Amino acid sequence: MSYPGGYKYTKDHEWVDVSGDRGKVGITDYAQQQLGDVVYIELPEVGTTLKQGQSFGTIESVKAVSELYAPVGGEVVEVNGALKQKPEAVNTDPHGSWMIVVKLANSGEASALLDASQYQELVKS
Amino acid sequence: MVSFGGWDMPLEYAGIVAEHMAVRTAAGLFDVSHMGQIEIAGRDALAAVQRISCNDASRLAVGQAQYSGLLTPEGTFIDDLLVYRFAPAHFLLVVNASHIPKDYAWIADQIKPAGDAVAVDASSRYALLAVQGPAALATLQSLTGVDLAGIKYYWFAHGEIAGVRVTISRTGYTGEDGFEIFIPPQSADRVWQAILSAGQAAVIPCGLGARDTLRLEAAMRLHGNDIDETTSVLEADLGWKVGWKKDDFNGAAALREQKAHGVSRKLVGFEMVERGIARPGYTVHVGDPAVPGCRVTSGTQTPYLKKAIGMAYLPAECAPPGTEFTVDIRGRRTRAQVVAMPFYKRAR
Repeated sequence: MSYPGGYKYTKDHEWVDVSGDRGKVGITDYAQQQLGDVVYIELPEVGTTLKQGQSFGTIESVKAVSELYAPVGGEVVEVNGALKQKPEAVNTDPHGSWMIVVKLANSGEASALLDASQYQELVKS
Repeated sequence: MVSFGGWDMPLEYAGIVAEHMAVRTAAGLFDVSHMGQIEIAGRDALAAVQRISCNDASRLAVGQAQYSGLLTPEGTFIDDLLVYRFAPAHFLLVVNASHIPKDYAWIADQIKPAGDAVAVDASSRYALLAVQGPAALATLQSLTGVDLAGIKYYWFAHGEIAGVRVTISRTGYTGEDGFEIFIPPQSADRVWQAILSAGQAAVIPCGLGARDTLRLEAAMRLHGNDIDETTSVLEADLGWKVGWKKDDFNGAAALREQKAHGVSRKLVGFEMVERGIARPGYTVHVGDPAVPGCRVTSGTQTPYLKKAIGMAYLPAECAPPGTEFTVDIRGRRTRAQVVAMPFYKRAR
């Protein structure tokens, strides 16, 4: 699976798709492969304020639990409630399965993240 | 690949959920060659097995197997095992991989007073494959002249599969019908390939991950999680695997005492009432404080039942199904409810 060129990526394997002052956040194809079958996702409430790098929820596969880390800081303005009922969508469509939308506190945070080719390099090794 | 009991083993091939579902609906093939085999033979072999194993081996006919435990004097589990009666005075014990050296040393020491009986660690002489699921019988039957339908549950037969001399046992660790096959290691690959090609799409390779979720749905205990040297047979609710009529065996006095007076905690099955997955080691709460000596021992979201289930030790008075308690899931008290085990029972 290819990594969308317009997204930014973290070393913790989250992506953010920035549009204006909003950023959609999800986890990468590499992350879902490592996790295996996703069965449970815990997401924050709308209105929660996150700092960059802060845990915003948990994702569980049959075999393990992992924290989700905010790639950018800001206020959570939307939560993808559909994922609670259909967590396996993260496996089938990781780059389309956004979890939260953050109203960016600082646009510089996103631009400093990895681009698609840098991220691909990171997960290749 | 993961390290397990000193072996590098695949956690998953196609994915835990796909493998789990294949075993429930078609069939899966597991390489469980890591399991240990200890043989006991000699004129007094039965007396030796009766001393070290808590179940009653005198009830085994030749060709029959039973689940049992190797117990400490306190009636707790050094290991759990299957005991096969190969001949009137020849038994094969199948033990957990990580405990082979410990079990063997202990057994060799314990059976000395039994008389003419010797124990041999035969683990390197056997590879072990498990074919499990509703399609297991038909798939395997196409490779052997042994009448597989004629082997009853927890019985076994010797014969050939794909031209290889093997022992075929109608046992497993999944809650499905199926077979475990003892194979000379040099021929294991041939049997593995033969089963996969005979099964075509109906049989897929399965790893340790699905083995764990399948055995949990079937409420089969895992040594190291649900039972160990700190938990007794009666606490683990396995009293029906004890040969109470036997004269003496390791742990007998402690277990008889517990049977007369009751145990203070019991292993129960539970389902989460609120969303969340209880994992091994999480604390359990009845009312506010964590209950000392009680904890979740196994837990996952199960692929077939699609529920968060698990096993936990709870105070004995909380063991009846329907009792509510809470599990501390990463700092949040999450409601759970005791349910009857097994969680999954195949239609027969």
